[in-house]
Amino acid sequence: MEFIEFKNCSKVYKNGVTALTNANLSIKKGDFVFIIGHTASGKSTLIKLLYREEKPTSGIVSVGGVDVSKLRNSKIYKLRRKIGIVFQDFKLLPKLTVYENVAYPLASYGMKGSEIRPLVLSALEKVSLKDRTRSFPDQLSGGEQQRVCIARAIVNNPKLLICDEPTGNLDPDTSKEIMDLINKINKKFGTTVVTATHDKDIVNCLKKRVIVMKDGLIEGDYLKGGYKNNENI
Amino acid sequence: MRIFRIIGRSINSSFKSIFRNFSLSMASITCTIITLLLVSIGILLSYNINNITKDIENELTIVILMDKKITSEELDVAKTTLKSVDNVENVKFNSKEAIKKDLASQNDTYAKIVETWGEDENPLQDSFVITVVNVKDINETATTIKNIDKVDRVKYGESMVNELINIFDVVKNATIVLVVALVLVTTFLIGNTIKITIFSRRSEIDIMRLVGTSNTVIKLPFIIEGFLLGTIGSIIPILITIIGYTYAFNSLSSAEMTNILNVIKLTEPSSIVYLTSLILLIIGSVVGMLGSLRAVRRYLTI
Repeated sequence: MEFIEFKNCSKVYKNGVTALTNANLSIKKGDFVFIIGHTASGKSTLIKLLYREEKPTSGIVSVGGVDVSKLRNSKIYKLRRKIGIVFQDFKLLPKLTVYENVAYPLASYGMKGSEIRPLVLSALEKVSLKDRTRSFPDQLSGGEQQRVCIARAIVNNPKLLICDEPTGNLDPDTSKEIMDLINKINKKFGTTVVTATHDKDIVNCLKKRVIVMKDGLIEGDYLKGGYKNNENI
Repeated sequence: MRIFRIIGRSINSSFKSIFRNFSLSMASITCTIITLLLVSIGILLSYNINNITKDIENELTIVILMDKKITSEELDVAKTTLKSVDNVENVKFNSKEAIKKDLASQNDTYAKIVETWGEDENPLQDSFVITVVNVKDINETATTIKNIDKVDRVKYGESMVNELINIFDVVKNATIVLVVALVLVTTFLIGNTIKITIFSRRSEIDIMRLVGTSNTVIKLPFIIEGFLLGTIGSIIPILITIIGYTYAFNSLSSAEMTNILNVIKLTEPSSIVYLTSLILLIIGSVVGMLGSLRAVRRYLTI
């Protein structure tokens, strides 16, 4: 069985905008997938359906065998505890230190402090930020903030890592560094990675499966694709 | 154990958040202080006005002058009848002899007049002074008494009493409306200020949701924070109420002031300030908590 499945999935927003039309897609466990496309092509909507920030108007979205579109609002947190999410704008809590930010999800699940500590330190080690535990987000560079965001996303050893434009706010060198890190997490821990991006360089460089979106439709699905195959995007 | 850890962490995070968002916390606390002070003034004013009007009402009496030729047996019967009349609280008998003596002792002029009266000669009348349970029904009570056998005249300052009763009613209702209005305004203001505090942190709530925090765990620190802000905000009004009212009471109770302001007697502080303080504390904490809950719930709907 596929780890992620979209079956005849459509999304029409309340204002009448159709963001996704009849999407069919499956992703295997341990895959690394890029979702590329223009602004307003529907890639963010596709990503948001995965972590149930949006609900499909019709069709099924299944993650790990669970139909997430049928999840009640009060139960969504259970799904999100199994998923790590990396955002373009990092979404770090500004008043918490690096350590507190990474520890936050685990603390909110009610885990003991003694159980949290080794997990947080291990996650920070994976992103090479073990020496910045006491810094606040505004004392860090963009790349460092994104690494904190990744550490928070992987601290709970999720089976799925969703990255929504993870390099959108970073310079090319830092972008490459961040993508290498995400690639390493995928290879080393077998975490399934779904990344929505605009960044041609990283897509071409990593040679992963590429799903091309245009006007809410899945236009192409290339096993080892890149922007080179889709110059019109 | 997990639930205690979550509650413990929520309390800890609420305290941290109050300090880390210091300016917004201060805005909420200041708003709470000002509005609760107004509520306190309203309650104390209303309570005292009510007490003063009650005191005045209690001093209203009906004087019943009995027939000049009434016998002592008939007086006994009249007294028993008076006691059985509805709305009569207390009946006090003043014999005409006692009134004569009292008159003579008041001043020389009266004494000289009383001396001109013969041994068995007394133009005064035996009388009863009664107090009533409910001043509003004083007219009906007086009419009933007028019809009792051997009653000559009934006096209770009809015109003044009716006017007084009307004024008291207006004042009492006005003070109740004032307090209720102040409580409503306070609820609205405190709730709104806390809502603004939370509005400024909606991205924080968003992040909490996205990392898999359950709605209850997201709400808890905000509810505790609202409770703490409301409680902290009620401390200063409580202190001002206790200290200020006791000071006002002592100032107005001093000998000189008592002569000038015979009617305005403030209620003993012990019987009112602690109750008012409790009300302020409850309004502050509960409104803080509910305002916070209402605001945070808005950002939890998807």
